Amino acid sequence: MKAVAILALALAVLPWLAGKYLTALLIVIGIHVLATAGLSILMGFAGQVSLAQGAFYGIGAYASMLFSMRLGVPVVLAILLACAAAGAVAWAIGKPSLRLHGHHLALATLGFGLIVYIVFAELGELTGGPSGMIGIPRPRLGSFTLAKDIHYYYAIWTVVLAVLAAAQRLMGSGYGRLLRALAASEPAAEAMGVDTGQLKLQAFVLSGALGGLAGALYAHYITVISPTAFNFEVSIELLMMAVVGGLGSVWGALLGVALVTFVVEGLRVVMPSFQSGASAEYEIVAFGLLLIATMVFLPEGLAGALGRLGRPGGVTRA
Amino acid sequence: MLDVVQLVVLGIAMGGIYALVAVGFVAIHNVTGVINFAQGEFAMVGAMLAVSVEARGGSLPVALAVGVAGSAVVGWVLYRGALMPARRSSDVVLIIITIGASITLRGLALLAWGSQPVTLPAFSAGGPIAFFGAVISRQQLWVLAITVLMMTLLALFFGRTLFGYALRATAMNRDASRLVGVSPQAMGQVAFAGSAALCGLAGAAITPIGLASYDMGLMLGLKGFVSAVMGGLASIPGAVLSAFLLGVLEAVGAGVVSSAYKDAIAFVILVLVLFFRPQGLLALGAIRRV
Repeated sequence: MKAVAILALALAVLPWLAGKYLTALLIVIGIHVLATAGLSILMGFAGQVSLAQGAFYGIGAYASMLFSMRLGVPVVLAILLACAAAGAVAWAIGKPSLRLHGHHLALATLGFGLIVYIVFAELGELTGGPSGMIGIPRPRLGSFTLAKDIHYYYAIWTVVLAVLAAAQRLMGSGYGRLLRALAASEPAAEAMGVDTGQLKLQAFVLSGALGGLAGALYAHYITVISPTAFNFEVSIELLMMAVVGGLGSVWGALLGVALVTFVVEGLRVVMPSFQSGASAEYEIVAFGLLLIATMVFLPEGLAGALGRLGRPGGVTRA
Repeated sequence: MLDVVQLVVLGIAMGGIYALVAVGFVAIHNVTGVINFAQGEFAMVGAMLAVSVEARGGSLPVALAVGVAGSAVVGWVLYRGALMPARRSSDVVLIIITIGASITLRGLALLAWGSQPVTLPAFSAGGPIAFFGAVISRQQLWVLAITVLMMTLLALFFGRTLFGYALRATAMNRDASRLVGVSPQAMGQVAFAGSAALCGLAGAAITPIGLASYDMGLMLGLKGFVSAVMGGLASIPGAVLSAFLLGVLEAVGAGVVSSAYKDAIAFVILVLVLFFRPQGLLALGAIRRV
């Protein structure tokens, strides 16, 4: 808890020291942490890979846009409804694919992510088609609109810290022990009477809902959305952030997102001096190699490596 | 009605390509247990290498040989360099490694060859051939011929050679095959190199019809997976039949419904299969694990 308090304090003063650019970057980091934390729980505890986190992120964004702009729902309520909608979609996808052992969910999410992208681009009437929607409203709290970045910054990080702290508590509870049992050995957990299929489904719904929450918060921050912001590459980027941070670690998600974001921004600054216009290509190659290297040399991610320095032990896979 | 015949013909040709990718996917999954998300990139590497050799004045057979050999090397390096060292890790780790390999290969291809689609000349000159009121191009016949030839060779390989027996034994039980002197790691290397070579050939064969580009692997790989899942993931004949079925459904669906949703058709089928028949639609002669 002390570490959380220090982190909260640091985050509270940071925007006063940092410039506008860094504040905007920190807002996006906060949003990505939410989506990544869900993925990290899913992959680390339920042992399932989702290649559609970008799609849930998009469902949250589009749902919140539709609720607030088409139905006139207040933005804060629209964000919550969008979060619930993404969770419901995750349930519908996860229910049949998680009955099975193996990796049907990874395959199903891969296909699902692409369908969602096509639907966003093709349902022009509702979604604005390939060019997307503009003029999405910022949230209002009472009569106060979060118009400035600094307002949004505090709102986002309050949500992020609350969600991470809640997730951490959940993982420490009896429910968390069930998930840890599943992570250690699925057959053993089943033998002890744990309904592993149900548990995996719950983890997937949680992951989808957090992705949806992140997407809704993103839409009302950027105020412009289009299908390309939620494509397959976004799913891969979120996956990589979760992997680098350390699967199954709630706070590792924060580490992973922050590290990857700063490295990518750093590359964007440095790379043009090597070869102009090619930084995006190098970025993709660097992402891929980073994923492979992390998995081969540091399968527990940053949080795992740091945790091992601090104390021996942790979850051992059977 | 004639239109439907034409669409079915187009679909069968495309299904041949999906079949080659799906077979590679099933072979790797059977032998190593890995779900290889980089399968489509093997096809991309084969196609792009063949195109660059041809563009530098190489003859078509040389270009194809380089493409196939290049993909085989890429497949072998992926297994030997990343998956074999990590083989004791969980499935999640192995899947993420193949995802990483897939985006790395795509990025390298973009750096090496740019984003412009490129093409190969058709394998033999001449106009399309008409039958039953439909037309089929010579290249599409080539694709079908290559698919049939490869399937025959594979059936002979798995059914009649010691190497084929060893691969099947590894798929059935790794420990038991190790006891009789078959190394699962060696078989893994063979499976990856062979399956990548097959995909490389598929990629090069489709290039004169559908063009080649750095990002062609994603869709091709996905369609291969969908076919493999329709075939129950462990059955090569099932995967092949499913691939043809998928090709036809896609072509007819695109022609009758809307071409904007063409790529969605495969995934709707995938989701339906996972919902209602997860053991596969056409799981013929699947290898039984013991």
